[in-house]
Amino acid sequence: MYKYNDFDHAFLAERNRQFRAQVERRIDGQLTEDEFKPLRLMNGLYLQLHAYMLRVAIPYGTLNADQMRTLALLAEKWDKGYGHFTTRQNIQYNWPKLQDVPDMLDALAKVNMHAIQTSGNTIRNVTADHFAGAAADEIEDPRPIAELIRQWTTDHPEFQFMGRKFKIAVSASAADRAVLKAHDLAVRIVKNDDDVIGYQVLVGGGLGRTPMIGKVLNDFVAQDDLLPYIESVVSVWNQIGRRDNKYKARIKITVHEHGIDEIRRLTDERFALVRPTFGGADKALFEDIKAHFASPDFRTGTTEAFDAAYEADPVFRAWADTNLAEHRAEGHAIATISIKKHGATPGDATAEQMREMASIAEDLAYGELRISHEQNVILPHVHKNDLPAIHARLKAADLATANIGLISDIIACPGMDYCALATARSIQVAETIATRFDELKLEHDIGHLQIKISGCINACGHHHVGHIGILGLDRAGVENYQITLGGDATETAEIGTRTGPGFAYDEIVPAIERIVHAYLEIRAHSEETFLETYRRVGMEPFKAALYPPAEAKVA
Amino acid sequence: MPRAFTPKVVTANHLLEGDVIYLKADNSWTRELAEAELITDEADAQLRLLEAESQKDVTVGAYLADAKAGENGPEPTHFREEFRRTGPSNYRHGKQEAEANV
Ligand code: SF4
Repeated sequence: MYKYNDFDHAFLAERNRQFRAQVERRIDGQLTEDEFKPLRLMNGLYLQLHAYMLRVAIPYGTLNADQMRTLALLAEKWDKGYGHFTTRQNIQYNWPKLQDVPDMLDALAKVNMHAIQTSGNTIRNVTADHFAGAAADEIEDPRPIAELIRQWTTDHPEFQFMGRKFKIAVSASAADRAVLKAHDLAVRIVKNDDDVIGYQVLVGGGLGRTPMIGKVLNDFVAQDDLLPYIESVVSVWNQIGRRDNKYKARIKITVHEHGIDEIRRLTDERFALVRPTFGGADKALFEDIKAHFASPDFRTGTTEAFDAAYEADPVFRAWADTNLAEHRAEGHAIATISIKKHGATPGDATAEQMREMASIAEDLAYGELRISHEQNVILPHVHKNDLPAIHARLKAADLATANIGLISDIIACPGMDYCALATARSIQVAETIATRFDELKLEHDIGHLQIKISGCINACGHHHVGHIGILGLDRAGVENYQITLGGDATETAEIGTRTGPGFAYDEIVPAIERIVHAYLEIRAHSEETFLETYRRVGMEPFKAALYPPAEAKVA
Repeated sequence: MPRAFTPKVVTANHLLEGDVIYLKADNSWTRELAEAELITDEADAQLRLLEAESQKDVTVGAYLADAKAGENGPEPTHFREEFRRTGPSNYRHGKQEAEANV
């Protein structure tokens, strides 16, 4: 993975020094909150319901063991012993004290991490396919371009005070695991007919108040043109995007209002000006970055130990069946560690758990870890023979939940338990749904079903693209939950459709249960997934189950 | 018709800890909603808010929150304020933790 050079270290040290002085000036009264707020936000420090919140960037979700240990250190030393992994592959600490934050940032800097541009109207942390570098189906590791984009965007003077935030995601597979089409801009590594690698660029995706699916802006951008091309897109939007209304400021609205063809024309025009200003330094840098992402020396050998454990141990087998994915190297697998234990807060890991995951990675998994936008932790490279030992250690650390892709593997934003913008809780809804379906022992029978929950219209919990989406709202001072069905976060992305009137807090879990029972009844066979069934039969049978006439509140 | 004024408390987050605080009648701050001053006059409420905002070394984001008189002092009328005075519901952190430590 990428290692900081002298320039990076010096930049970060200087930035942390500046922020330390800003915090001091705020505390001794030289800076007002109005002056300080934009400065703290530039460094990832929010003020939430009960406390400050520090959001630390995990670039494209990649971590090494030392970095994971530092995340544990922050949780233990300056927070309440845990951290929350987010849908943007970041980690949030819910309880830092203002005067401690500079020390937290210095600790992060020691392992090449920071919280810069995790907030504010800037280009945010670049996200990526969490199986990057390991997936069997990828064209090449997308992380070098993610790192290139990260370096180019960090402190980019033109893009520090834009009309709104801007999110970029990258991936290199036909299967989309990075929700590309819900990003302001997405880069998909592709090969053209001549087998040459290039980039498909999508723009205008986004969730939130006005959900939109991203559109293809350019089917094939040549490798050397990527940065100038992205710069052209962002600067076109930065110029013509709306600043009069923050709800209309994101590029999805700009694309919607001007049309994709006009955006393409303006981008091409801009590109003609911008391209010559890139003198090739970006190319040289890219070559240097690529060397950092050389793949580990994969072991060879049989998978006997794995096969024997798979045969003998049903608990291991259940975990292997749900939590493993296909690796590109023979005898290897990608293992997902579920941070979704039934009844626990989705995405929360304790300091001890983070340390144990770091040690497992170091001892048995080539030292690498990833965070997924689904709020789980990935061991991207594991030789299958090591899986029984890994599973045993995960069990001991309370991390062996076998539920990846199942109904309890729920994405949930912090919601009203922490977030200052929330209109309802989401964590408690997720916990109750997971506990309920665990009690019913139906989870494995139900199969692949993604529930995604947001505590307000901002949609950090990706509810629009959940097979079942839940949006918590405040209706006349009471929590109320809207359900959407048929959302899809993959390459066949789709925004879910609302079922109808919402449900009160104590009605939402029974409502989800009715939907799931309806699915189990009407699916064509046990292999037909929830989404397939929904696409086959449409909304009506689910509506009928959700709003049975006997229970309808007749006016 | 203008909406009738409903009673308020002045609340904010503490500059250093970030936790929820309430303005008392004597201009000092408390972490307990029950100890806050319940303001029943609209003009008075604006003045009290100005007072809170002037204490820049203590408060961040002061605002007027709806509250009602309860047996032991002001109580929240909206669930958001209930969460603010109690802490999150997934862990006993925040104010409920402080209570447990007493
Ligand atoms: S969706 Fe809303 S409640 Fe949830 S984290 Fe985002 S802003 Fe907060």
